[in-house]
Amino acid sequence: MEHNEPILKIEDLTVHYELEDETVEAVNGISLELGKGKVLGLVGETGAGKTTTGLACLRLIPNPPGVVKSGKVWVNGTDIYALSDKEMNRVRGSEVSMIFQDPMTSLNPAFTVGEQIAESVQLHENVTKQEAYEKAREMLELVGIPASRIGEYPHQFSGGMRQRVVIAIALTCNPKLLIADEPTTALDVTIQAQVLELMKGLIRKYGTSVVMITHDLGIVAEVCDEVAVMYAGSIVERGTLVDVFNRTLHPYTEGLFNSLPNIKRRGEDLKPIPGLMPDPTNLPAGCAFAPRCAYATEACLKERPKLEKVSDTHWCACLAYRNEGFHIERSKGKE
Amino acid sequence: MEANAKKVPASRRYAKRSQAGEIWHRLMKNKGAVLGLILVVMIVAIAIGSGILLDYDEDVIGQNISQRLKAPSWEHPFGTDATGRDMMYRIFYGARYSLIIGVVSVLIALVIGVTLGVVAGYFGGPVGEVIMRVSDALAAIPSILMAIAIVSALGQSMFNLMLAIGITSVPQFVRITHAATLTVRNQEYVEQARCLGLPEWKIMFVHVLPNCLSPIIVQTTLRVASAIISASSLSFLGLGVPAPAPEWGGLLSAGRKYIRTHSYLTLFPGLAIMVTVLALNLLGDGLRDALDPKLKGKK
Amino acid sequence: MADNILEVRNLKKYFKTHKGQVHAVDDVSFTLERGRTLGVVGESGCGKSTLGRVILQLIKPTSGSVLFNGKEVTGLKGGDLRRMRKDMQMIFQDPFSSIDPRRTVCQIIGEPLTVHGIVKNRAEREERVLELMKTVGLAERLINAYPHELDGGRRQRVGIACALAVEPGFIVCDEPVSALDVSIQAQILNLLKEMQRKRGLSYMFITHDLSVVNHFSDDIAVMYLGQIVEMTTAEALFDHPTHPYTQALLSAIPIPEVGAQRQRIILNGEISSPIDPPDACRFAKRCLYATDQCRQKCPSLTEVRPGHRVACWRANEF
Repeated sequence: MEHNEPILKIEDLTVHYELEDETVEAVNGISLELGKGKVLGLVGETGAGKTTTGLACLRLIPNPPGVVKSGKVWVNGTDIYALSDKEMNRVRGSEVSMIFQDPMTSLNPAFTVGEQIAESVQLHENVTKQEAYEKAREMLELVGIPASRIGEYPHQFSGGMRQRVVIAIALTCNPKLLIADEPTTALDVTIQAQVLELMKGLIRKYGTSVVMITHDLGIVAEVCDEVAVMYAGSIVERGTLVDVFNRTLHPYTEGLFNSLPNIKRRGEDLKPIPGLMPDPTNLPAGCAFAPRCAYATEACLKERPKLEKVSDTHWCACLAYRNEGFHIERSKGKE
Repeated sequence: MEANAKKVPASRRYAKRSQAGEIWHRLMKNKGAVLGLILVVMIVAIAIGSGILLDYDEDVIGQNISQRLKAPSWEHPFGTDATGRDMMYRIFYGARYSLIIGVVSVLIALVIGVTLGVVAGYFGGPVGEVIMRVSDALAAIPSILMAIAIVSALGQSMFNLMLAIGITSVPQFVRITHAATLTVRNQEYVEQARCLGLPEWKIMFVHVLPNCLSPIIVQTTLRVASAIISASSLSFLGLGVPAPAPEWGGLLSAGRKYIRTHSYLTLFPGLAIMVTVLALNLLGDGLRDALDPKLKGKK
Repeated sequence: MADNILEVRNLKKYFKTHKGQVHAVDDVSFTLERGRTLGVVGESGCGKSTLGRVILQLIKPTSGSVLFNGKEVTGLKGGDLRRMRKDMQMIFQDPFSSIDPRRTVCQIIGEPLTVHGIVKNRAEREERVLELMKTVGLAERLINAYPHELDGGRRQRVGIACALAVEPGFIVCDEPVSALDVSIQAQILNLLKEMQRKRGLSYMFITHDLSVVNHFSDDIAVMYLGQIVEMTTAEALFDHPTHPYTQALLSAIPIPEVGAQRQRIILNGEISSPIDPPDACRFAKRCLYATDQCRQKCPSLTEVRPGHRVACWRANEF
């Protein structure tokens, strides 16, 4: 196999939810690539299509109403939309797995945590029950839970502990790719810090590639190597962490940063993005962000911008850059 | 133009499809519910129409021995009974009894049950506990047995029949209202209302009860259906509406003797009960789906 | 003398459960000056929401007193309580459950106006509702909208309009922005600040988000298991965090800047619930600096610098 083969490659993915009287355009033609051992932060607000993108990487879009309109997804070189259901089941868990937001509902309350971890081991590896439990014990220790708690039920664990169990299940079969959907959002700050620390360690140890879906730019800064910013189903800016954070190009990304209270500059008025996210059942013809954008021109309302390469590692979808010398406020202060 | 627009109150200017309209819209998409609704409307129309068009003494209870036990024909589509009365007229007229008994008895249960349920659910405490335990005790007695007991104690009349059926349905309403109230009671908007200084009774009736209505409405439709069955059962046993009134259960009971030779005498009243109950159940199920906000927008 | 709008003294709220008594709010005292904002921070289960509700008398306290504008409010009943509520309001966390789903925006915002007799007839009510909608930035056309037609930010604006309708002097904000997206969160925070400037409101701002509380508050109280462990001005708290718990909390905030990570204090274990707590520092189990003294006696809030109070036996060493 080629050395530089990306672990995850998404090409022109479009996902719609077709409801009775309307169609939600959740993801509109996004493309992504993620190398081995890299962590990509998929950032955006509620309804931006982050979770749908994540689910598409596991072919888990609920159907109906979800329909993958176009696009291909390769996980570790395999086109997952060309696989049979049976083959796909094998890929899930061993090649790619997912951590969901709510640790309260992603574990089955009727089984002990040991059984749940062992089950996922047995599904993918040809081992005896005993070996599977041995592995489960190992995994628990790995995520910082004493192996003696293997016979306990999820309700006997606290939120942070449950999320550790979920991580243990996701990592048992040593997947090449991990989709983490807001893994710490439901947790308290001090617990969040523990879990993030744990995840960082494990990712480094196993060389897992991770798509970290989050709305928290602070978490992105801490754990991610690359960032993709989503808005209304499209990626508006993508690049390395430094590219997006320090050489911000897209007005929406700028708006996100300005909306955050900064603990170093307290008392300063926040500069929120005016208005609301467009209705995903009725996206505007032009740039989806144009109605809220301070820099929008006539052209922005008519033409939908494509993600264009700015440097080797940095892409941005904004028509304003066609004008020579255009820059956003944020970059003015930095350069 | 501008000045004109200003005069219309804002609430009028931005009027639009109400929530009831939304529910109606969703109900109309459900084929079963539409069928149920059409049938219910037809039965109601028959009940009203037969009251206006038929002469009770002549057409409904008037005997005509020469025409007795005629099989269904063009002249008598449902046949005639042992005293020569037209079964179609009798069944059509009987719809009045079934519907009135069904609706009134459920209304009795509704008023008593919902009031007790919302009080028990909202205030809780010892009062709620007592209400719930008494209602549980009531629910433990087989309803038909209790209805028989009540009718026997109070005497046989249509009102007592309705009262008996109503009382046996009370626990269902208490339970369902109580459960709905418990969830609504802990919503933040109830706290918000208290915070805004609303008196407790107002919170209970303005904010809590309306948000419990969906399950209650559904239960009401389904209960009308079972009340009709109960009424027919009691009439069948001879405890319902006294003969010669053509209550469907009574018709069934009277036709029982001829079931081998003249099965249409039991077939048609049975069908009438079945169709009515089915229609109400279809409508109730449809309402449940239309009122459930969780299903909104999904297929 | 300082003009205190709110004075809380030794407030306690214990809940009975089958496992024992939960000390949800345990001996909390503080004062709030008129026109200022007190931020109350803590993790889930620390009793911060209960504290807000006890102050508003939505939950009856076990003991202690709450003086509002110098008047005792604990024990008020019926009409007196309702009149008092005109002056203290609450904005709730979840914009999806804090407004009645069966009523229109007009009915929701208009209700407090009618209840307190602020308006006399429908026309007047509608006029006031439109005014309030304008104040909080809701378009006029939404007057007949039902909550399910509104997004989270707009619902929260309805909640704010509702609280402002009775023109209170004091508002408890219980995590008003934690259910909202960042760009909307900033809109709501700015709105709340503007209202404070225009109407001289005093806020008690309950949140788990430290960067929001830092941005929004004048003073901050850090709560842990029912008790205030540190209380001072926002600047002092962020510049010289003294309690070990505060230090850990502050170090846990992810900062959205490349390479901004500083020394992080990772706490052991998780927050437990304060059921029949022994007389010991409640943080001792997770504290990196705990000594025998910490495990034997519960420290009380003592001043370590002017205006900076900390409940820690070793506060002077940090």
